Amino acid sequence: MSTTLLEAQGLTLRFGAIPALLDVSLDIAEGEVVAIVGESGSGKTTLLRVLSGLLHPDAGSVRWLGEDVHAMGEAARRRLMRTAWGFVHQNPRDGLRLDVSAGGNVGERLMAVGARHYGRIRAEALAWLAKVEIDAARIDDLPRTFSGGMQQRLQIARTLVTRPRLVFMDEPTGGLDVSVQARLLDLIRSLARELGLAVLIVTHDIAAARLLADRILVMWRGRVVEQGLTDRVLDDPQHPYTQLLVSSVLAA
Amino acid sequence: MTPLLRTEGLAKAFTLHLQGGAHIPVLAGVDLAVHAGECVALSGPSGAGKSTLMRCLYGNYGAGAGRILLRHRGRDLDLAAADPRTVIEARRETIGYVSQFLRVIPRVATRVIVAEPLLARGMGREEALSRATALLRRLNLPERLHGLPPATFSGGEQQRVNLARGFAPGYPVLLLDEPTASLDAANRAVVIAMIREAKAAGAAIIGIFHDAEVREAVADRLFDVLPRQDAA
Repeated sequence: MSTTLLEAQGLTLRFGAIPALLDVSLDIAEGEVVAIVGESGSGKTTLLRVLSGLLHPDAGSVRWLGEDVHAMGEAARRRLMRTAWGFVHQNPRDGLRLDVSAGGNVGERLMAVGARHYGRIRAEALAWLAKVEIDAARIDDLPRTFSGGMQQRLQIARTLVTRPRLVFMDEPTGGLDVSVQARLLDLIRSLARELGLAVLIVTHDIAAARLLADRILVMWRGRVVEQGLTDRVLDDPQHPYTQLLVSSVLAA
Repeated sequence: MTPLLRTEGLAKAFTLHLQGGAHIPVLAGVDLAVHAGECVALSGPSGAGKSTLMRCLYGNYGAGAGRILLRHRGRDLDLAAADPRTVIEARRETIGYVSQFLRVIPRVATRVIVAEPLLARGMGREEALSRATALLRRLNLPERLHGLPPATFSGGEQQRVNLARGFAPGYPVLLLDEPTASLDAANRAVVIAMIREAKAAGAAIIGIFHDAEVREAVADRLFDVLPRQDAA
Protein backbone atom coordinates (compact mmCIF):
# COMPACT_ATOMS: atom_id res chain seq x y z
CA MET A 1 0.00 0.00 0.00
CA SER A 2 1.22 3.49 -0.75
CA THR A 3 1.55 5.96 2.10
CA THR A 4 -1.53 7.87 3.21
CA LEU A 5 -0.57 11.52 3.08
CA LEU A 6 -3.57 13.49 4.23
CA GLU A 7 -6.40 12.22 6.39
CA ALA A 8 -9.46 14.20 7.45
CA GLN A 9 -12.05 13.04 9.97
CA GLY A 10 -15.49 14.41 10.73
CA LEU A 11 -14.94 17.95 9.46
CA THR A 12 -17.76 20.29 10.32
CA LEU A 13 -17.85 24.03 9.82
CA ARG A 14 -20.73 26.47 10.09
CA PHE A 15 -20.87 30.03 8.84
CA GLY A 16 -23.52 31.37 11.23
CA ALA A 17 -26.49 29.07 10.87
CA ILE A 18 -25.36 27.73 7.49
CA PRO A 19 -23.47 24.45 7.58
CA ALA A 20 -20.65 24.72 5.05
CA LEU A 21 -19.26 21.29 5.94
CA LEU A 22 -21.05 18.48 7.74
CA ASP A 23 -19.08 15.51 9.00
CA VAL A 24 -16.75 15.23 6.01
CA SER A 25 -14.04 12.57 6.07
CA LEU A 26 -11.54 11.72 3.37
CA ASP A 27 -8.00 10.56 2.84
CA ILE A 28 -5.54 10.64 -0.01
CA ALA A 29 -2.46 8.52 -0.64
CA GLU A 30 0.69 8.99 -2.69
CA GLY A 31 0.08 8.92 -6.44
CA GLU A 32 -3.68 9.28 -6.09
CA VAL A 33 -5.84 11.79 -7.90
CA VAL A 34 -9.03 12.51 -6.00
CA ALA A 35 -11.73 14.79 -7.40
CA ILE A 36 -14.30 16.67 -5.35
CA VAL A 37 -17.34 17.54 -7.45
CA GLY A 38 -20.61 19.30 -6.75
CA GLU A 39 -22.43 22.48 -7.64
CA SER A 40 -21.42 25.98 -6.56
CA GLY A 41 -22.06 26.48 -2.88
CA SER A 42 -21.85 22.77 -2.07
CA GLY A 43 -18.81 23.33 0.14
CA LYS A 44 -16.03 22.18 -2.19
CA THR A 45 -13.81 25.23 -1.91
CA THR A 46 -14.43 25.51 1.83
CA LEU A 47 -13.34 21.90 2.21
CA LEU A 48 -10.12 22.60 0.31
CA ARG A 49 -9.41 25.59 2.56
CA VAL A 50 -10.00 23.53 5.70
CA LEU A 51 -7.86 20.65 4.44
CA SER A 52 -4.97 22.97 3.66
CA GLY A 53 -5.23 24.63 7.06
CA LEU A 54 -6.44 28.02 5.82
CA LEU A 55 -9.68 27.65 7.74
CA HIS A 56 -10.25 26.04 11.13
CA PRO A 57 -13.13 23.56 11.37
CA ASP A 58 -15.62 23.69 14.25
CA ALA A 59 -15.12 19.97 14.68
CA GLY A 60 -12.96 17.25 13.19
CA SER A 61 -9.30 17.00 12.33
CA VAL A 62 -6.92 17.04 9.39
CA ARG A 63 -3.67 15.10 9.61
CA TRP A 64 -0.65 15.36 7.32
CA LEU A 65 1.49 12.23 7.73
CA GLY A 66 -0.13 11.85 11.12
CA GLU A 67 0.45 15.42 12.29
CA ASP A 68 -2.54 17.64 13.09
CA VAL A 69 -2.54 20.42 10.49
CA HIS A 70 -4.59 22.83 12.62
CA ALA A 71 -2.41 22.35 15.68
CA MET A 72 0.98 22.73 14.02
CA GLY A 73 1.22 26.50 14.05
CA GLU A 74 1.36 29.05 11.28
CA ALA A 75 5.10 28.81 10.60
CA ALA A 76 5.06 25.05 10.20
CA ARG A 77 1.99 25.22 7.99
CA ARG A 78 3.61 27.84 5.78
CA ARG A 79 6.66 25.66 5.46
CA LEU A 80 4.43 22.81 4.29
CA MET A 81 2.82 25.16 1.77
CA ARG A 82 6.25 25.99 0.39
CA THR A 83 7.63 22.47 0.26
CA ALA A 84 5.42 19.40 0.48
CA TRP A 85 2.21 21.12 -0.64
CA GLY A 86 1.21 23.12 -3.65
CA PHE A 87 -1.93 25.14 -4.18
CA VAL A 88 -3.29 25.97 -7.61
CA HIS A 89 -5.91 28.69 -7.32
CA GLN A 90 -8.93 29.07 -9.53
CA ASN A 91 -7.81 32.56 -10.40
CA PRO A 92 -4.15 32.46 -11.48
CA ARG A 93 -3.66 36.03 -10.29
CA ASP A 94 -4.08 34.70 -6.72
CA GLY A 95 -1.20 32.30 -7.19
CA LEU A 96 1.21 34.41 -9.25
CA ARG A 97 3.28 37.52 -8.68
CA LEU A 98 2.21 39.69 -11.54
CA ASP A 99 5.14 42.13 -11.27
CA VAL A 100 7.76 39.37 -11.51
CA SER A 101 8.77 37.73 -14.81
CA ALA A 102 7.40 34.33 -15.80
CA GLY A 103 10.79 32.73 -15.18
CA GLY A 104 11.02 34.56 -11.86
CA ASN A 105 7.65 33.23 -10.78
CA VAL A 106 8.87 29.69 -11.28
CA GLY A 107 12.41 30.27 -9.98
CA GLU A 108 11.21 32.06 -6.86
CA ARG A 109 9.55 28.90 -5.54
CA LEU A 110 12.81 27.03 -6.09
CA MET A 111 14.81 29.69 -4.24
CA ALA A 112 12.33 29.54 -1.38
CA VAL A 113 13.37 25.94 -0.84
CA GLY A 114 17.07 26.69 -1.04
CA ALA A 115 18.10 26.66 -4.72
CA ARG A 116 20.86 29.21 -5.33
CA HIS A 117 22.54 28.38 -8.63
CA TYR A 118 21.18 30.90 -11.19
CA GLY A 119 21.87 28.78 -14.28
CA ARG A 120 20.21 25.72 -12.80
CA ILE A 121 17.20 27.67 -11.61
CA ARG A 122 16.76 29.22 -15.06
CA ALA A 123 17.16 25.83 -16.77
CA GLU A 124 14.60 24.28 -14.45
CA ALA A 125 12.22 27.19 -15.05
CA LEU A 126 12.60 26.76 -18.81
CA ALA A 127 11.95 23.03 -18.56
CA TRP A 128 8.72 23.67 -16.65
CA LEU A 129 7.58 26.39 -19.04
CA ALA A 130 8.05 23.85 -21.85
CA LYS A 131 6.01 21.24 -19.94
CA VAL A 132 3.07 23.62 -19.68
CA GLU A 133 3.59 24.78 -23.28
CA ILE A 134 4.71 28.33 -22.66
CA ASP A 135 7.15 29.55 -25.30
CA ALA A 136 10.69 29.90 -23.92
CA ALA A 137 10.84 33.34 -25.53
CA ARG A 138 8.30 34.57 -22.97
CA ILE A 139 10.43 33.68 -19.93
CA ASP A 140 11.34 37.29 -19.18
CA ASP A 141 7.85 38.69 -19.80
CA LEU A 142 5.51 39.70 -17.00
CA PRO A 143 2.52 37.40 -16.40
CA ARG A 144 0.18 40.40 -16.69
CA THR A 145 0.92 40.35 -20.43
CA PHE A 146 -0.22 36.69 -20.64
CA SER A 147 -3.68 35.41 -21.53
CA GLY A 148 -5.74 33.81 -18.75
CA GLY A 149 -4.91 30.32 -19.98
CA MET A 150 -1.18 31.06 -20.05
CA GLN A 151 -1.35 32.54 -16.57
CA GLN A 152 -3.01 29.36 -15.34
CA ARG A 153 -0.33 27.19 -16.94
CA LEU A 154 2.34 29.40 -15.41
CA GLN A 155 0.74 29.03 -11.99
CA ILE A 156 0.82 25.26 -12.39
CA ALA A 157 4.50 25.32 -13.39
CA ARG A 158 5.26 27.56 -10.41
CA THR A 159 3.47 25.14 -8.10
CA LEU A 160 4.97 21.94 -9.42
CA VAL A 161 8.59 23.05 -9.83
CA THR A 162 9.42 22.25 -6.21
CA ARG A 163 8.02 18.72 -6.60
CA PRO A 164 5.36 18.91 -3.90
CA ARG A 165 3.88 15.63 -2.66
CA LEU A 166 0.31 16.91 -2.58
CA VAL A 167 -1.27 19.56 -4.74
CA PHE A 168 -4.61 21.19 -3.95
CA MET A 169 -6.31 22.42 -7.12
CA ASP A 170 -9.38 24.64 -7.08
CA GLU A 171 -11.10 24.55 -10.50
CA PRO A 172 -7.74 24.73 -12.26
CA THR A 173 -9.04 24.27 -15.78
CA GLY A 174 -12.11 26.47 -15.39
CA GLY A 175 -11.29 29.28 -17.78
CA LEU A 176 -9.08 27.35 -20.18
CA ASP A 177 -9.44 26.32 -23.82
CA VAL A 178 -10.40 22.70 -24.24
CA SER A 179 -7.07 21.84 -25.87
CA VAL A 180 -5.05 23.44 -23.06
CA GLN A 181 -7.22 21.67 -20.50
CA ALA A 182 -6.44 18.34 -22.13
CA ARG A 183 -2.71 19.02 -22.04
CA LEU A 184 -2.91 19.88 -18.34
CA LEU A 185 -4.97 16.82 -17.50
CA ASP A 186 -2.38 14.64 -19.19
CA LEU A 187 0.45 16.43 -17.40
CA ILE A 188 -1.21 16.01 -14.00
CA ARG A 189 -1.84 12.32 -14.63
CA SER A 190 1.72 11.59 -15.69
CA LEU A 191 3.12 13.41 -12.67
CA ALA A 192 0.91 11.36 -10.39
CA ARG A 193 2.15 8.17 -12.02
CA GLU A 194 5.80 9.04 -12.40
CA LEU A 195 6.52 11.08 -9.26
CA GLY A 196 3.82 9.73 -6.98
CA LEU A 197 2.28 13.20 -6.79
CA ALA A 198 -1.10 13.22 -5.02
CA VAL A 199 -3.69 15.64 -6.34
CA LEU A 200 -6.86 16.80 -4.66
CA ILE A 201 -8.84 18.61 -7.30
CA VAL A 202 -12.06 20.56 -6.86
CA THR A 203 -13.99 20.82 -10.09
CA HIS A 204 -17.47 21.06 -11.51
CA ASP A 205 -16.19 19.55 -14.76
CA ILE A 206 -17.42 15.95 -14.57
CA ALA A 207 -15.75 14.96 -17.84
CA ALA A 208 -12.37 16.16 -16.59
CA ALA A 209 -12.89 14.37 -13.28
CA ARG A 210 -13.63 11.14 -15.13
CA LEU A 211 -10.42 11.25 -17.13
CA LEU A 212 -8.24 12.43 -14.29
CA ALA A 213 -9.38 11.05 -10.97
CA ASP A 214 -8.96 7.61 -9.41
CA ARG A 215 -11.62 8.41 -6.86
CA ILE A 216 -14.37 10.96 -6.65
CA LEU A 217 -16.34 12.58 -3.83
CA VAL A 218 -19.69 14.15 -4.55
CA MET A 219 -20.60 17.08 -2.30
CA TRP A 220 -24.07 18.43 -1.77
CA ARG A 221 -25.02 21.02 0.85
CA GLY A 222 -21.80 20.58 2.78
CA ARG A 223 -21.96 16.80 2.92
CA VAL A 224 -20.24 14.05 0.98
CA VAL A 225 -23.30 12.24 -0.35
CA GLU A 226 -21.42 9.68 -2.40
CA GLN A 227 -17.84 8.63 -2.97
CA GLY A 228 -15.84 5.87 -4.55
CA LEU A 229 -14.21 4.68 -7.73
CA THR A 230 -14.62 7.46 -10.31
CA ASP A 231 -16.13 5.43 -13.12
CA ARG A 232 -18.50 3.62 -10.77
CA VAL A 233 -19.81 6.82 -9.15
CA LEU A 234 -20.37 8.38 -12.57
CA ASP A 235 -21.79 5.31 -14.37
CA ASP A 236 -23.76 3.80 -11.50
CA PRO A 237 -24.63 6.76 -9.26
CA GLN A 238 -26.68 5.89 -6.19
CA HIS A 239 -27.61 9.19 -4.55
CA PRO A 240 -30.39 11.27 -6.14
CA TYR A 241 -28.11 14.30 -6.32
CA THR A 242 -25.34 12.34 -8.09
CA GLN A 243 -27.87 10.97 -10.56
CA LEU A 244 -29.01 14.51 -11.28
CA LEU A 245 -25.44 15.75 -11.61
CA VAL A 246 -24.43 12.99 -14.02
CA SER A 247 -27.58 13.22 -16.11
CA SER A 248 -27.12 16.97 -16.53
CA VAL A 249 -23.79 16.59 -18.29
CA LEU A 250 -23.30 16.15 -22.01
CA ALA A 251 -21.32 13.02 -22.83
CA ALA A 252 -19.28 12.84 -19.63
CA MET B 1 -8.74 -25.92 -10.16
CA THR B 2 -9.80 -22.52 -8.87
CA PRO B 3 -11.57 -20.36 -11.43
CA LEU B 4 -9.85 -17.04 -12.19
CA LEU B 5 -13.18 -15.29 -11.94
CA ARG B 6 -16.47 -16.45 -10.47
CA THR B 7 -19.67 -14.93 -9.22
CA GLU B 8 -21.96 -16.21 -6.51
CA GLY B 9 -25.55 -15.03 -6.45
CA LEU B 10 -24.70 -11.80 -8.23
CA ALA B 11 -27.62 -9.40 -8.51
CA LYS B 12 -27.93 -5.92 -9.91
CA ALA B 13 -30.81 -3.49 -9.99
CA PHE B 14 -31.02 0.20 -10.70
CA THR B 15 -33.03 2.74 -8.76
CA LEU B 16 -33.76 5.81 -10.84
CA HIS B 17 -34.39 8.64 -8.42
CA LEU B 18 -35.13 11.09 -11.22
CA GLN B 19 -37.90 8.80 -12.50
CA GLY B 20 -39.84 8.71 -9.26
CA GLY B 21 -37.59 6.07 -7.75
CA ALA B 22 -38.33 3.44 -10.41
CA HIS B 23 -36.66 0.16 -9.50
CA ILE B 24 -35.25 -1.83 -12.44
CA PRO B 25 -33.92 -5.28 -11.59
CA VAL B 26 -31.53 -6.51 -14.27
CA LEU B 27 -29.54 -9.43 -12.88
CA ALA B 28 -30.33 -11.91 -10.14
CA GLY B 29 -28.70 -15.09 -8.93
CA VAL B 30 -25.89 -15.07 -11.50
CA ASP B 31 -23.41 -17.88 -10.84
CA LEU B 32 -20.63 -17.81 -13.39
CA ALA B 33 -17.17 -19.36 -13.27
CA VAL B 34 -14.37 -18.96 -15.78
CA HIS B 35 -11.14 -20.91 -15.63
CA ALA B 36 -7.68 -20.25 -17.00
CA GLY B 37 -7.45 -20.80 -20.74
CA GLU B 38 -11.20 -20.68 -21.19
CA CYS B 39 -13.40 -18.28 -23.15
CA VAL B 40 -17.04 -17.94 -22.14
CA ALA B 41 -19.45 -16.09 -24.40
CA LEU B 42 -22.41 -14.36 -22.78
CA SER B 43 -25.55 -15.04 -24.74
CA GLY B 44 -29.09 -13.76 -24.52
CA PRO B 45 -31.30 -11.20 -26.24
CA SER B 46 -30.53 -7.49 -26.32
CA GLY B 47 -31.45 -5.86 -23.05
CA ALA B 48 -31.06 -9.07 -21.05
CA GLY B 49 -28.17 -7.59 -19.10
CA LYS B 50 -25.03 -8.93 -20.78
CA SER B 51 -23.25 -5.57 -20.74
CA THR B 52 -24.51 -4.90 -17.23
CA LEU B 53 -22.95 -8.18 -16.11
CA MET B 54 -19.65 -7.26 -17.79
CA ARG B 55 -19.65 -3.88 -16.08
CA CYS B 56 -20.33 -5.50 -12.71
CA LEU B 57 -17.44 -7.90 -13.27
CA TYR B 58 -15.11 -4.97 -13.89
CA GLY B 59 -16.41 -3.06 -10.87
CA ASN B 60 -17.76 -0.33 -13.11
CA TYR B 61 -21.24 -1.02 -11.71
CA GLY B 62 -21.59 -1.83 -8.06
CA ALA B 63 -23.09 -5.26 -7.33
CA GLY B 64 -26.45 -5.20 -5.58
CA ALA B 65 -25.94 -8.59 -3.93
CA GLY B 66 -23.62 -11.55 -4.14
CA ARG B 67 -19.90 -11.89 -4.60
CA ILE B 68 -17.49 -11.42 -7.51
CA LEU B 69 -14.38 -13.41 -6.75
CA LEU B 70 -11.31 -12.53 -8.75
CA ARG B 71 -8.08 -14.50 -8.42
CA HIS B 72 -5.74 -11.62 -7.61
CA ARG B 73 -2.26 -11.86 -6.11
CA GLY B 74 -2.80 -15.52 -5.37
CA ARG B 75 -6.04 -15.19 -3.44
CA ASP B 76 -9.74 -14.57 -4.07
CA LEU B 77 -10.59 -10.89 -3.99
CA ASP B 78 -14.29 -10.01 -3.70
CA LEU B 79 -14.64 -7.16 -6.18
CA ALA B 80 -18.19 -6.57 -4.99
CA ALA B 81 -16.86 -5.53 -1.58
CA ALA B 82 -13.35 -4.25 -2.38
CA ASP B 83 -12.43 -0.63 -1.68
CA PRO B 84 -11.64 1.64 -4.65
CA ARG B 85 -7.86 1.40 -4.25
CA THR B 86 -7.95 -2.38 -4.34
CA VAL B 87 -10.19 -2.34 -7.42
CA ILE B 88 -7.71 0.00 -9.13
CA GLU B 89 -4.85 -2.34 -8.20
CA ALA B 90 -6.78 -5.35 -9.56
CA ARG B 91 -7.47 -3.47 -12.79
CA ARG B 92 -3.81 -2.61 -13.12
CA GLU B 93 -2.56 -6.15 -12.57
CA THR B 94 -5.26 -8.72 -13.10
CA ILE B 95 -8.40 -7.77 -14.98
CA GLY B 96 -8.75 -5.90 -18.27
CA TYR B 97 -11.83 -4.65 -20.06
CA VAL B 98 -12.24 -3.74 -23.69
CA SER B 99 -15.41 -1.69 -23.89
CA GLN B 100 -17.11 -0.53 -27.05
CA PHE B 101 -16.06 3.04 -26.47
CA LEU B 102 -12.68 4.64 -26.30
CA ARG B 103 -12.62 7.29 -23.59
CA VAL B 104 -9.24 8.98 -23.21
CA ILE B 105 -7.64 12.30 -22.43
CA PRO B 106 -7.73 14.37 -25.62
CA ARG B 107 -4.48 15.23 -27.40
CA VAL B 108 -2.62 12.16 -26.13
CA ALA B 109 -0.96 10.15 -28.93
CA THR B 110 -2.46 6.76 -29.76
CA ARG B 111 0.83 4.98 -29.10
CA VAL B 112 0.97 6.47 -25.59
CA ILE B 113 -2.66 5.57 -24.89
CA VAL B 114 -1.90 1.95 -25.71
CA ALA B 115 1.32 2.02 -23.66
CA GLU B 116 -0.39 3.54 -20.61
CA PRO B 117 -1.50 0.31 -18.88
CA LEU B 118 2.07 -0.97 -19.34
CA LEU B 119 3.57 2.20 -17.86
CA ALA B 120 1.14 1.92 -14.96
CA ARG B 121 2.58 -1.54 -14.27
CA GLY B 122 6.05 -0.06 -14.11
CA MET B 123 7.36 -1.06 -17.54
CA GLY B 124 10.06 1.25 -18.96
CA ARG B 125 8.85 3.88 -21.40
CA GLU B 126 10.76 2.61 -24.41
CA GLU B 127 9.73 -1.01 -23.98
CA ALA B 128 6.10 -0.01 -23.37
CA LEU B 129 6.01 2.17 -26.48
CA SER B 130 7.59 -0.49 -28.64
CA ARG B 131 5.12 -3.11 -27.46
CA ALA B 132 2.30 -0.65 -28.16
CA THR B 133 3.62 -0.04 -31.66
CA ALA B 134 3.89 -3.76 -32.36
CA LEU B 135 0.27 -4.36 -31.31
CA LEU B 136 -1.05 -1.43 -33.33
CA ARG B 137 0.83 -2.75 -36.37
CA ARG B 138 -0.58 -6.20 -35.86
CA LEU B 139 -4.07 -4.69 -35.81
CA ASN B 140 -3.25 -2.96 -39.10
CA LEU B 141 -3.50 0.56 -37.76
CA PRO B 142 -1.45 2.64 -40.21
CA GLU B 143 1.87 3.79 -38.78
CA ARG B 144 1.14 7.44 -39.56
CA LEU B 145 -1.74 7.33 -37.05
CA HIS B 146 0.32 6.06 -34.11
CA GLY B 147 1.53 9.50 -33.16
CA LEU B 148 -1.90 11.14 -33.44
CA PRO B 149 -4.64 11.29 -30.83
CA PRO B 150 -7.50 8.93 -31.76
CA ALA B 151 -10.29 11.54 -31.45
CA THR B 152 -10.65 11.90 -35.23
CA PHE B 153 -10.23 8.19 -36.05
CA SER B 154 -13.03 6.09 -37.56
CA GLY B 155 -15.04 3.73 -35.35
CA GLY B 156 -13.03 0.74 -36.52
CA GLU B 157 -9.72 2.47 -35.90
CA GLN B 158 -10.78 3.53 -32.39
CA GLN B 159 -11.88 -0.01 -31.66
CA ARG B 160 -8.47 -1.32 -32.65
CA VAL B 161 -6.79 1.23 -30.38
CA ASN B 162 -9.03 0.00 -27.57
CA LEU B 163 -8.16 -3.62 -28.36
CA ALA B 164 -4.43 -2.91 -28.45
CA ARG B 165 -4.71 -1.18 -25.09
CA GLY B 166 -6.71 -4.06 -23.60
CA PHE B 167 -4.45 -6.80 -24.89
CA ALA B 168 -1.11 -5.05 -24.25
CA PRO B 169 -0.59 -6.06 -20.60
CA GLY B 170 -1.67 -9.71 -21.01
CA TYR B 171 -4.19 -9.61 -18.15
CA PRO B 172 -5.00 -12.99 -16.56
CA VAL B 173 -8.71 -12.10 -16.88
CA LEU B 174 -10.03 -10.21 -19.87
CA LEU B 175 -13.54 -8.89 -20.54
CA LEU B 176 -14.42 -8.17 -24.16
CA ASP B 177 -17.61 -6.28 -25.04
CA GLU B 178 -18.27 -6.71 -28.78
CA PRO B 179 -14.58 -6.54 -29.66
CA THR B 180 -15.12 -6.93 -33.41
CA ALA B 181 -18.30 -4.88 -33.91
CA SER B 182 -16.72 -2.28 -36.22
CA LEU B 183 -14.00 -4.39 -37.82
CA ASP B 184 -13.57 -5.75 -41.32
CA ALA B 185 -12.89 -9.44 -42.03
CA ALA B 186 -9.10 -9.13 -42.00
CA ASN B 187 -9.04 -7.40 -38.63
CA ARG B 188 -11.64 -9.79 -37.22
CA ALA B 189 -9.22 -12.58 -38.02
CA VAL B 190 -6.43 -10.75 -36.19
CA VAL B 191 -8.64 -10.38 -33.11
CA ILE B 192 -9.62 -14.05 -33.23
CA ALA B 193 -5.94 -14.97 -33.31
CA MET B 194 -5.17 -12.64 -30.40
CA ILE B 195 -7.97 -14.11 -28.29
CA ARG B 196 -6.75 -17.64 -29.03
CA GLU B 197 -3.20 -16.71 -28.06
CA ALA B 198 -4.39 -15.14 -24.82
CA LYS B 199 -6.29 -18.35 -24.00
CA ALA B 200 -3.25 -20.45 -24.82
CA ALA B 201 -1.26 -18.25 -22.46
CA GLY B 202 -3.74 -19.08 -19.70
CA ALA B 203 -6.07 -16.10 -19.70
CA ALA B 204 -9.71 -16.44 -18.69
CA ILE B 205 -11.87 -14.53 -21.15
CA ILE B 206 -15.49 -13.45 -20.95
CA GLY B 207 -16.98 -11.89 -24.05
CA ILE B 208 -20.08 -10.59 -25.73
CA PHE B 209 -19.81 -11.58 -29.38
CA HIS B 210 -22.76 -10.80 -31.61
CA ASP B 211 -20.72 -11.97 -34.58
CA ALA B 212 -21.42 -15.72 -34.77
CA GLU B 213 -18.24 -16.44 -36.72
CA VAL B 214 -16.07 -14.86 -34.04
CA ARG B 215 -18.04 -16.49 -31.24
CA GLU B 216 -17.64 -19.94 -32.77
CA ALA B 217 -13.96 -19.38 -33.37
CA VAL B 218 -13.10 -18.43 -29.78
CA ALA B 219 -15.80 -19.44 -27.29
CA ASP B 220 -15.57 -22.75 -25.41
CA ARG B 221 -19.10 -22.44 -24.08
CA LEU B 222 -22.03 -20.09 -23.75
CA PHE B 223 -23.41 -18.58 -20.59
CA ASP B 224 -27.05 -17.55 -20.82
CA VAL B 225 -28.07 -14.19 -19.45
CA LEU B 226 -31.86 -14.19 -19.29
CA PRO B 227 -34.08 -11.15 -19.16
CA ARG B 228 -35.77 -10.55 -15.81
CA GLN B 229 -39.52 -10.92 -16.18
CA ASP B 230 -40.58 -9.20 -13.01
CA ALA B 231 -39.31 -5.72 -13.90
CA ALA B 232 -41.06 -3.00 -11.95
